[in-house]
Amino acid sequence: MKKLINKPEDVVTEELQGIAAAHADLVRVQFNPHVIVRADAPVQGKVGLVSGGGSGHEPMHGGFVGPGMLDAACPGEVFTSPTPDQMLDATKAVNGGAGVLHIVKNYTGDVMNFEMAAELAGGESIEVQAVVIDDDVAVQDSLYTAGRRGVGTTVLAEKICGAAAEEGRPLAEVADLCRKVNANGRSMGMALTSCIVPAAGKPTFELGDDEMEIGIGIHGEPGRERMKLAPASEIVEKLAVPIVEDLPFESGDQVLAFVNGMGGTPLIELYVIYNDLTKLLDGRGITITRNLIGPYITSLEMAGCSITLLKLDDELTRLWDAPVKTAGLRWAA
Amino acid sequence: MVDVAESEQASRRMSLGHDDVLRWIRAFGTEVDANKEQLTQLDAAVGDGDHGINMQRGMSAVLVKVDAAGEEQDIGALLKTVGMTLVSTVGGAGGPLYGTLFLQMGMAVAGKDELSPDDWAAALEAGIAGVQARGKAEPGDKTMIDALIPGRDALKAALAGGASFEDALRQSADAAGQGMRDTVPLVARKGRASYLGERSAGHQDPGATSSHLLLEAAAETWGEPEQTG
Repeated sequence: MKKLINKPEDVVTEELQGIAAAHADLVRVQFNPHVIVRADAPVQGKVGLVSGGGSGHEPMHGGFVGPGMLDAACPGEVFTSPTPDQMLDATKAVNGGAGVLHIVKNYTGDVMNFEMAAELAGGESIEVQAVVIDDDVAVQDSLYTAGRRGVGTTVLAEKICGAAAEEGRPLAEVADLCRKVNANGRSMGMALTSCIVPAAGKPTFELGDDEMEIGIGIHGEPGRERMKLAPASEIVEKLAVPIVEDLPFESGDQVLAFVNGMGGTPLIELYVIYNDLTKLLDGRGITITRNLIGPYITSLEMAGCSITLLKLDDELTRLWDAPVKTAGLRWAA
Repeated sequence: MVDVAESEQASRRMSLGHDDVLRWIRAFGTEVDANKEQLTQLDAAVGDGDHGINMQRGMSAVLVKVDAAGEEQDIGALLKTVGMTLVSTVGGAGGPLYGTLFLQMGMAVAGKDELSPDDWAAALEAGIAGVQARGKAEPGDKTMIDALIPGRDALKAALAGGASFEDALRQSADAAGQGMRDTVPLVARKGRASYLGERSAGHQDPGATSSHLLLEAAAETWGEPEQTG
């Protein structure tokens, strides 16, 4: 294992210390239990937005804490759901009297821990709603599984709901909006290489030099199929066609296209992917009106990418364009 | 010199005290330590490869907590301390599930300083009911339930059939072991392994494996002749 770390067991704590030192203007970091909170929280009268998940997906979620996006993030151990006491602390810290929305990625651990946290917060008379993001078309959606995983759409939901909360919209509306984003977003990812969880010290899975895994999860969970490496245009087809056909996205639709790097893939390759994606969508009459390109929901040092498409309307477009000021995503009005 | 009759007598355990329960918790911690690699590798095959690491972190925290709590707690409170500690330190799916298991066990025997074999069976039953309520898994879903339920049923059947507590615990652990091995061909329907669909078949479930360790630790800890001075 070659990593820029001191000790594997200290990675998350030291990362958080680094974030606290780097972004004191945006966030304050609480240790034991670990919570990243917007510096001016709680904002009175505003719905608080809390998300969280295992570490190793940076900048998600801690890098999205700040005005216009999340009010708090709960970082777990690497690839491990955070715990209910972290989520309860975060919920209390951001409760400005208008209630708190938990944005939860659909993983069994995350869902159960957030459920316990919501029960605990209810016991302290804080109104909590939770929305589960499950946008990964690589996974069969079935009553007999844990359902689809939450991936790229999470980033878009946090941005859009953050903007709505900033406008002062009530909890029920922000939660509905979050469900709307989830209902209109679809993703799929792929890996060229595995990743190494620091505490494990070796690759989560093995991939041959000439192989790729289509439908990979953000924790290195195996995907739909393992196949020989192919040109970028074919990879885009493998990812985008199932996405387009699932919603389905249709001719005349306007979309936000999000090409995400898994952590170990350079931007030059993400733009190659984006170029092929524009051609594929053009051919189907789908117009990209907004885009996001870069590593935003990563999987440690995994090389690879994911594609997320979100069907836009005027409301979603306006909220996407609203100003945001976080370590990971930042633009003015 | 102890004669045979006396040693037979000593090995017939009728109840569990605070110390016994603590020894079981420690033994589970030792088992998790010893099997950390195996649990992690099983998890890497079908999940995200952190089960052994998470359980070890949780059980280390548990041992510190129960040492600090001392012996003033009754057994119910001791089990609840274990549960709360697991909930706040394990994370993943294992935290809420194992945390709930111990919390519900603790509530089932609240206030007790001694557990009869039937108390133990009732605690296990309540714990498993809690795990099912939290995780919504049914037998055959390829989860920890697939070791726990056979373990619970074998325990109850053995006790009902008049077996000694030691024999009942052994049958419970063996049934959990069989249930664990029986997860190999199953297709996962809960948890991260369910994302694999058919590809989850052929792998032993890591949660069932750690749950077998839990019941195996009980059989080994309480099945030995009681320590005498």
